[in-house]
Amino acid sequence: MLYSEKVMDHFRNPRNVGFIENADGVGEVGNAKCGDIMKIYLKIDDDVVTDVKFETFGCGSAIASSSMATELIKGKPVSEVMQLTNKAVVEALDGLPAVKVHCSVLAEEAVKVALKDYFDKNSIPYDTKQFPDCDHCEVCHH
Amino acid sequence: MIYVDNAATTKMSGIAIEAMLPYLQEHFGNPSSLHTIGQTAAEALAKARADVAACLNAKPGEIYFTSGGSEADNQAIRSAAKNGALQGKKHIVSTAFEHHAVLHTLQALEKEGFEVTLLDVGREGLVTPEQVAAAIRPDTCLVTIMYANNEIGTIQPIRAIGALCRERKIPFHTDAVQVAGHLPIDVAADNIDMLSLSGHKFHGPKGTGALYVRQGLRLHSLIEGGGQEKNKRAGTENIAGIVSMAAALKEACAHLEEHAEKVSALRDKLIAGLSAIPHGELNGHPTQRLPGNVNFCFEGIEGESMLLLLDDKGICASSGSACTSGSLDPSHVLLAIGRPHEVAHGSLRLSLCHENTEEEINTIIEAVTQVVAYLRTMSPLWRDLEKGVKPHVIQ
Repeated sequence: MLYSEKVMDHFRNPRNVGFIENADGVGEVGNAKCGDIMKIYLKIDDDVVTDVKFETFGCGSAIASSSMATELIKGKPVSEVMQLTNKAVVEALDGLPAVKVHCSVLAEEAVKVALKDYFDKNSIPYDTKQFPDCDHCEVCHH
Repeated sequence: MIYVDNAATTKMSGIAIEAMLPYLQEHFGNPSSLHTIGQTAAEALAKARADVAACLNAKPGEIYFTSGGSEADNQAIRSAAKNGALQGKKHIVSTAFEHHAVLHTLQALEKEGFEVTLLDVGREGLVTPEQVAAAIRPDTCLVTIMYANNEIGTIQPIRAIGALCRERKIPFHTDAVQVAGHLPIDVAADNIDMLSLSGHKFHGPKGTGALYVRQGLRLHSLIEGGGQEKNKRAGTENIAGIVSMAAALKEACAHLEEHAEKVSALRDKLIAGLSAIPHGELNGHPTQRLPGNVNFCFEGIEGESMLLLLDDKGICASSGSACTSGSLDPSHVLLAIGRPHEVAHGSLRLSLCHENTEEEINTIIEAVTQVVAYLRTMSPLWRDLEKGVKPHVIQ
């Protein structure tokens, strides 16, 4: 099989699919041209991610990466969520094929962009270097 | 399990398997050997050649066995290029949606100093003879245009293109991998100079193929070695495979009309059923297409997810989606017919054969409808399309 059982499980039964009305932070990365869009919605209470939902347009590993990312951050303090890496997503999924690793990068970026949105909305200061420049799509040349 | 990926490969027929077995067992000889066992193999090889030739209305001496369609394409194009270069002609006409066996060979030739004109195939995936005529130059040494496209199934006006090439004395090659055994081929009436076919696309074995080369055209070898295939393809012949392929082709051609009629009816039923899915559209021409080919784009979703979910439902299909190929670009065929990237990502190809049933078609229609609807519920792109944030490309 192309994918690990973990990936297939998260693809077949994605966790936290949907959207949150009036979310505290929303992050959307990727673009339709590249074939991947991920959107993460965060509900944050007292600096803790109390709820998270995602919507994804993309391949099996994109859906599984988003699902896994939401599981990894749900219930975690914002400071901890800031430390999420694509590597953690890949490891939690028992690996991704080399050509699919960019899906885990998108998942990390979507979470970070949602946090940035939360910081911006609440005038919380942050270091811009901690966030990806999401006008680009590094794996795609369109 | 419902198998609708026959354009990728087919299940071997019982006749093809039966035909193969004696040449793996008692008739294991090398056709180049003089003893009885060797000569039994040589006779089988000659008979297979005659059978394949008969299916194409060619002469046995015009058939060269290869390892498959890709090798046949490579050899045909390389040979024509070499012949052209000897006369100072280094221009080739082809189309933008050829199989990679053709496109990548042409790209390699470009690096060697050839010029290649790739014709547009329009929204419906068809080239016109007028386009070909207009692209031909005094230094054109080859026109290579596929008989029918492997992804969207459109059948090209091969006879008219063949006629105009013959008139201008320009060698004409066609990749007929998707056509052989599915539609009647007559290389004489169609004015075809070279034609590639592949055994495993018509219920024969993988690793087998043939190149038809009209008598009088000079063919060059890609593989040097012994004198097999009249010195044009070295290496001990894959006798079991060749005999099996010939049996499969003969069987396919014997039932060609009957199968084409049955499969076309299933295809049209499937197209009608899938057309009911909103914001989806058939790729290619509605009628000028292979009997078994159905190819749709659905907005707002990505092809690989669709395939995985269909596989879970026991349906084996394929997609021109980038994600299935390991590249990030969607199908060059769908881009060539003008589909935007975001729509081309959501493609699904279902390729039928005579073993499929109406019941299976009903199951597929229901499954695809469900899967598309489900994936759209989690797609942020679909939400934007539905809210009018982005305009629908397919109405």
